[in-house]
Amino acid sequence: MAWLGSPLGRRLVLTLPVAVAAVGGAAFLTLLERMKHGTYDPHAVPSPLIGKPVPNFTLPAQPPATTGISSAELVTAKRWILVNFFASWCVPCQIEHPVLTELAAAGLPIWGIAYKDTVDAAKRFLTERGNPYTRLARDETGRVGIDFGVYGVPETFLIDPHGIIRWRWAGALSDDVVRDQLFPLLRGGSGA
Amino acid sequence: MRKKRIARCQPIGALCLLAAFFAAAPFHAARAVSNPAEMLPDRAQELRAEAIGQELRCLVCQNESIEESDADLARDLRAEIRKRVAAGESDKEVIAWMVARYGDFVRLKPPFRLLTLVLWFSPAVALAAGGIAVWFGLHRRPAPPQPLSAAEEARLKRLLREGWGNPRS
Repeated sequence: MAWLGSPLGRRLVLTLPVAVAAVGGAAFLTLLERMKHGTYDPHAVPSPLIGKPVPNFTLPAQPPATTGISSAELVTAKRWILVNFFASWCVPCQIEHPVLTELAAAGLPIWGIAYKDTVDAAKRFLTERGNPYTRLARDETGRVGIDFGVYGVPETFLIDPHGIIRWRWAGALSDDVVRDQLFPLLRGGSGA
Repeated sequence: MRKKRIARCQPIGALCLLAAFFAAAPFHAARAVSNPAEMLPDRAQELRAEAIGQELRCLVCQNESIEESDADLARDLRAEIRKRVAAGESDKEVIAWMVARYGDFVRLKPPFRLLTLVLWFSPAVALAAGGIAVWFGLHRRPAPPQPLSAAEEARLKRLLREGWGNPRS
């Protein structure tokens, strides 16, 4: 360890902490920048369900829909489907609503599940803001939400034509998230 | 002599106090299950359910366990855990059921995996690195002196021969 005594060695020892702090600072700035764009959520929990089949469930209809949703239908549909857990009482759901409306207009089927909501409140929410959902069900107890690993609303899952969960987003969808994460998956997966 | 020994024991005493403090900390963990309606009628099963819940993170607040949290989801999960315990599932099965839905993150005590190696070993690595740095800092040898030049050699010889005194003689 004689090099520690040499002038170059001493300088190296002194600059090492500065270098470590610089790298840490740069990483922190990147995180802040990504948080600003909504592409990073420090509270996000990675879902263990990615790559797994949709959990089994059957849920009753949420008006204005007249039929409910079951996991079997998600599989037999043989399409890319977005499953969106929402609630009328949830503010981020109101924020992401225009994004869902745009996706629906672009032709992506979105199946909505009203999470821990009352029939009337959810119905009113959809009447007032518009209904981007092709199918609608309600999970009044949140029990199906637990099987999906939902820990808040909104949460959105992308199901592939084989009924496998390919992607999950916890929190409000934004244009950035749709462009950077959802679209690449849809383009890569469906070949369209 | 006696006094000195006591003085030397002081840091150890302080360490013991600190260790006692941290050892006692987990016993302060509070329980939110204050509602008797939530509890299982079987005392042993209820205690098991509480122990399981204390090891699982509430995903809404993220720094509390399911047992401690007042969040809606935590209450649902407490009920679900109790249902499973009452149905005769083992602790491992109940925890596996949670992990299958929410991932390893729900476990307040992370499992020992390749992915969590850094988590488990970073304190030991940091301690070792610090120890090595301190050891080398204390045992660093000064650089060996430069060899004497010819003139210095001659002066040394002259000084040794003539002695340090009477520089004019």
